[in-house]
Amino acid sequence: MDERVIVCIGCPKGCEIHVKYEGHEVIEMTGNTCKRGEDYVRNEITYPLRMVTSIVPVEGGEFATVPVKTKSDIPKEKIFDVMRELTHVRVKAPVNMGDVVLKDAAGTGIDIIATRSVK
Amino acid sequence: MHCDLVIIGGGPAGLAAALSARENGIEDILILERDHYLGGILNQCVHTGFGLHTFKEELTGPEYAERYVNMVLDKKIPYKVDTMVTDIAPDRTVTAMNKDDGVMKIEASAVILAMGCRERPRGAMNIPGKRPAGIYTAGTAQRLVNIEGYMPGKEVVILGSGDIGLIMARRMTLEGAHVKAVVEIKPKSGGLVRNIEQCLNDFNIPLLLSHTVTKVEGDNRVTGVVVSKVDENMKPIPGTEVHYDCDTLLLSCGLIPENELTRGANATMDPKTGGPVANDHLMTSVDGIFACGNVYHVHDLVDHVSEEAVKAGAFAAEYIKEKRGN
Repeated sequence: MDERVIVCIGCPKGCEIHVKYEGHEVIEMTGNTCKRGEDYVRNEITYPLRMVTSIVPVEGGEFATVPVKTKSDIPKEKIFDVMRELTHVRVKAPVNMGDVVLKDAAGTGIDIIATRSVK
Repeated sequence: MHCDLVIIGGGPAGLAAALSARENGIEDILILERDHYLGGILNQCVHTGFGLHTFKEELTGPEYAERYVNMVLDKKIPYKVDTMVTDIAPDRTVTAMNKDDGVMKIEASAVILAMGCRERPRGAMNIPGKRPAGIYTAGTAQRLVNIEGYMPGKEVVILGSGDIGLIMARRMTLEGAHVKAVVEIKPKSGGLVRNIEQCLNDFNIPLLLSHTVTKVEGDNRVTGVVVSKVDENMKPIPGTEVHYDCDTLLLSCGLIPENELTRGANATMDPKTGGPVANDHLMTSVDGIFACGNVYHVHDLVDHVSEEAVKAGAFAAEYIKEKRGN
């Protein structure tokens, strides 16, 4: 059996969650104050996930860049693969919040979307 | 020119205050913003973690800002960007200027201060050493990377473990820089534990508690810093110096409410918060001048800023309506 203390990143509270587990199976979990924490810990011991946020250059827009994010969590181990793919992405203004700027980033199946509108 | 309600600052506090005042029946509102766009510093906070309280979902800074900007546009609340307020008189005459209007004097029935805060600069911290290029506050670096699209450096040491410093440690790492250490003079980080987890631990960036930068090296550009351990009185311990090669030093050493205008209006200040003293209606010691958000006191969460601004907008509306009744 393994034991770990995991700080939840689900909200600013940052609960310290103690978990005992065997392989992928949780045996005991204490310290979480909501369901998000429970889900987070289950992922952390099996398949850690993270959101990635960054920016990409915009051509012909009122600003030089547009902020972007992965539409949902991606595997933590893919963070730098996604960042590398993003270095090749350029978009043309106008961009609307929610527009897809890169489909299926680094084979994760997750799209990268704009998080700001740029005219 | 007369205006019922002038709001100084178009960041999260100003936008939420404007919406709240409108909801409470004030039509004649003007938001003054010195940057080129509304939304304030949220626009450079491209990471997630905003809006869990307000919108019940986790948003990035720009998304949180754009939702509020869209509501303000939707309600047709007037605003001026690229507009600098230079003075607020105790009688609530607001002096502002921009390229199109020149200098404006606006007689306001009420004013809401929503100017936010600034970062503590190097000059306020007594870091010994030279004064080369390559020393930035974390927020300046954040603006350079996220809005202007420039990388301020490649080999980075960060002094101070406030949230912006932690967020920038991750941001610089993702963009290919090597963040060698985050150095914190106190025995505990000032940032949220979740940021230590997801910004430092995820990327194996060391956090040196009870340490500080005791020397900056480099003639034209930073070439390195010396980091020393400090004792319980935060005094550097001789013999503990470690040299780090780096070209960039980021400072994340606290935020200070930006209150030059507030002092100009003769408002009584609170030395503890760095903001104005306010009553339970969020009114400062100057009749008809209200304050909310980081200009009043520094908040950890933008959601709390919005919440406070809603109250300030409602109190200002109440004040204006009472005055009209007289």
